[in-house]
Amino acid sequence: MSKSDPNAPKRLALIASKGTLDWAYPPFILASAAGAMGWEVGVFFTFYGLTLLKPQLTAAVSPLGNPAMPMKMPFGPEGFQNIAWPMPNLLMANVPGFESLATTLMKQTFKNKGVATIEEMRDMCIEMDVRLIGCQMTMDVFGFKREDFIPQAEIGGAATFLEYASDADVQLFI
Amino acid sequence: MDVLKEDQVLDCSGMLCPMPVVKASKAIKTLEVGQVLKMIATDPGAPPDMEAWSRQTGNELLRSMQENGKFVFYIKRLK
Repeated sequence: MSKSDPNAPKRLALIASKGTLDWAYPPFILASAAGAMGWEVGVFFTFYGLTLLKPQLTAAVSPLGNPAMPMKMPFGPEGFQNIAWPMPNLLMANVPGFESLATTLMKQTFKNKGVATIEEMRDMCIEMDVRLIGCQMTMDVFGFKREDFIPQAEIGGAATFLEYASDADVQLFI
Repeated sequence: MDVLKEDQVLDCSGMLCPMPVVKASKAIKTLEVGQVLKMIATDPGAPPDMEAWSRQTGNELLRSMQENGKFVFYIKRLK
């Protein structure tokens, strides 16, 4: 064990680097599950992941360039819902609003199955004192200000994360 | 099997990961040490997750079973 305090709870350090709806789930699921197990958790939001710290979450998903994503309908009979619809790139790239349609469908499917929303999971993380750290460098690059993010977010850089992660039992890049 | 008596019931039916463990962790904190939480879930991932959660939190999973097509857990708060 490299942990500096043997009596400290287990620690999870995550990097959340993606801001699409599909990739927003893993860090919040792992963070809230670890928090539920009494672990200390810190998530470092960098690059596109940074947008997950905005007060209004607008995470969307696109099946374009995402060939493994099953396109399924969240309504109708079970057999219909289980169909994975083939989506030609030409259609996805040219139909206006395709992305927002795909996003709506995914949100509805997740809701039907009993998965909490990203907002709910983020709230649970906050409730469990998960540290949410925004990457200062990405903020500068993309022109975000401190006040663009939820007040619970901290701001830090690579050294902040590395110091935290060096004392963690589990570190993951998502 | 002897009958276990619970002090509180938590129904997580219809909820998927990570909600059952999150709800369980909240509920167990409202119990006194030594009291028992009965948790009901339908998520097939719940049995291994509740075992892991119990080991990690140091609470005792007294029983994990299936009842009427649902997963039922009895957890004793140890600390």
